[in-house]
Amino acid sequence: MKNLLFIVFVSLIGFAAHAQEKKDKNAKREIIVKGNCEMCKKRIEKAAYSISGVKSAVWTAENQQLNLIVNEQKSSSIDVEEAVSKVGHDTQNRKATDESYSNLHHCCAYKC
Amino acid sequence: MIKYYALFLVFIFSFAVTAQDTLKAVEIKTDDNSIKKSYRKTTNTATMTSKELLKAACCNLAESFETNPSIDVNFSDALTGTKQIRMLGLTSPYLMITEENIPSVRGASQAYGLSFTPGTWIESIQITKGAGSVVNGFESISGQINTELIKPISDIPFFLNAYGSTDSRYEVNTHFNKKISDKWSSSLFVHGNTRVEKMDRNRDGFMDNPLGKQINVLNRWQYTNAEKGWVSFVNLRYLKDEKQTGELDFNPSRDKGTTNYWGSEINSERLDVSTKLGYVFPNMPYQSIGFQNAFTSHKQDSYFGLNDYQITQRSFYSNLIFNSIINNTMNKFTSGLNFTYDDYNERLILPSISGNYDRIDTSVGAFFEYTYDNNDNFSLVAGLRLDQHNRLGAFATPRLHLRYNPWEKGVLRASAGRGKRLANIFAENQQLFASSRVFDILNTKGKIYGLDPEIAYNYGVSFMQGFQLFNKTADITFDFYRTDFQNQAIVDLYASPQQALFYNGKSFANSLQIEFNIELVKHLNLRSAYKHYDIQIEYSSGTAERPLQAKHRFFTNLSFETHIVEKGRQWKFDFTYNWLGKQRLPNTATNPIENRFPDYSPSFSLMNAQITRTFSSTFEMYAGVENLGNYTQEKAILGNENPFGTNFDTSIVYAPVFGQMFYAGLRFKIK
Repeated sequence: MKNLLFIVFVSLIGFAAHAQEKKDKNAKREIIVKGNCEMCKKRIEKAAYSISGVKSAVWTAENQQLNLIVNEQKSSSIDVEEAVSKVGHDTQNRKATDESYSNLHHCCAYKC
Repeated sequence: MIKYYALFLVFIFSFAVTAQDTLKAVEIKTDDNSIKKSYRKTTNTATMTSKELLKAACCNLAESFETNPSIDVNFSDALTGTKQIRMLGLTSPYLMITEENIPSVRGASQAYGLSFTPGTWIESIQITKGAGSVVNGFESISGQINTELIKPISDIPFFLNAYGSTDSRYEVNTHFNKKISDKWSSSLFVHGNTRVEKMDRNRDGFMDNPLGKQINVLNRWQYTNAEKGWVSFVNLRYLKDEKQTGELDFNPSRDKGTTNYWGSEINSERLDVSTKLGYVFPNMPYQSIGFQNAFTSHKQDSYFGLNDYQITQRSFYSNLIFNSIINNTMNKFTSGLNFTYDDYNERLILPSISGNYDRIDTSVGAFFEYTYDNNDNFSLVAGLRLDQHNRLGAFATPRLHLRYNPWEKGVLRASAGRGKRLANIFAENQQLFASSRVFDILNTKGKIYGLDPEIAYNYGVSFMQGFQLFNKTADITFDFYRTDFQNQAIVDLYASPQQALFYNGKSFANSLQIEFNIELVKHLNLRSAYKHYDIQIEYSSGTAERPLQAKHRFFTNLSFETHIVEKGRQWKFDFTYNWLGKQRLPNTATNPIENRFPDYSPSFSLMNAQITRTFSSTFEMYAGVENLGNYTQEKAILGNENPFGTNFDTSIVYAPVFGQMFYAGLRFKIK
């Protein structure tokens, strides 16, 4: 009986591990992205949509959050952070280069 | 009969609210403006909130457009007091009129259907100019009017509205709402109205407005499970409406079917059952499925003097809609199937034409609509539907809408599309029954009443610019639309004052609207519009403008609200001015001199005003006046001295028949 329980237990853990490995086609991810205004919103979302696999990208200024639905079989949220930082917006794991930040419109200067 | 209903009731148990509907409802609440035009929406759509509907007497949907620049309110005849609406110069049969995206006013209900939705039931109205969407069908030609009713989940426990006016019309609206559980809620709306007194202010021997009574009951159920993504509605509705009109001395039980006195009764009875079922995929908020079903039975029993007209329409409508994306939410699509079944029993007894015009129409269609939005300055909606109809055959309906924002607060829109429909010539032109006109249908080989289906193309452009003028928020809009009828069911009133001829032919309607809105000072809003119409029809006697259509119209509305003070106390003032240019009148040249109209009507203006006093957030009273200037049509009924003679005609109405009308009412809420 104990053995049986043990087997069940082990196989359950196995399942769980397997589920984690299987990549979600509709993964919901939230990442922090710095920005100010409507122009920022357009730029951030445009950059996010440039990544193949991003199905939905909505950025809100109030909570500085980019809500994503990503097909993780194609890309991950870090790819999105990469793309967003390239157009001048700091994210939780990636910093925008000084050059791209300085190219932003003055109303988008979120570091001031 | 009861079995029949019961069968359909069971059949119908499913319905669809798409994710789009829910989103719309949320958007509206954030707006303070009572007519909202968007800079981002692809279609040329204006949303009227329930707040807008409180600006006029507006007892029902037909009367709720008085303060709206895009829709013209006209007078249908000298007897029934019915208001007729037009958009882009075309009458309501050429509009798709839907209630919560289910076609509602069509076929048999065309003449009076809009007056069967009480104003207090309405949450908002969306008015779309131009081709419209392919999702709801192929019949719309010049635009769409969609009405959203109050949703049980957001309704208040109790609402009471009472109304009375000097034309002896009284109305009562009561709403009850109950939240049954965290998922189920239900509303019961009961409407009653009556007009009790015979009035003849113009002393032509005929009542200026009909006697009438209406009882209208709607019970709706809403199921919402946000976690699982389900929304569902079930609506049950019953209506009975009775009107009596004609000579003052007419007594139906004594004089019906005789030539003692001329009189008319129009009795309607309607039953609606509709269901919606919507599912939004919880992990994919951009993907949803909707399923709508509706069964309607509409019956009209009527006579106009010695002319008899009866029509019953039993309809079933079903629509299955799937919304999703291609790659990402910049590329959306809507696709689905729909099915329509209409069983008409129509009987007509006129001296010139009589018989049964029973028919059954069925159509099955599939649609696909693609929406691209670059989330910045450009979007497009391209739709196509294919339908198989037993009378119209197999055909395609393409429609396209574009939006471009060239700069901030500027929006350029364009649309084009095709529409095709069967004209219910008797139901749509029933005001002509109250005349001595001889009906004659000149075509004989067509599929409906001998006529061919109507086919039209509509295309238009619109430009709107918002700006600051002397530090005041303002916007200006230019709309130009053209409708080209390849084939229209033409009603010819030029041939002879004793005839109404029906035949197929070509026509076009051009409409130009320039609209200007400004907030003059805080809480004082001015809305104004100039409208120019050029509508030409190829009559057998030559191309001519359509009668009873003003070429020029001017509209302005001024509204003022005081600041809301403690306990929600507030004053609201509203004033509307309409000017209508001269209108071409039907031919009456061969009548004896006393029964003739000139070629053109005079131009005239109409004014309405209203004051609302809010005493608290739960109680308010309002009083107002319609037709403040007391303008009426001098002679409304031709041949009124001898209504069974050859010159009798009540259908040539270009101005109000009834003059100044005062009204007052109250609204009470329990929140």
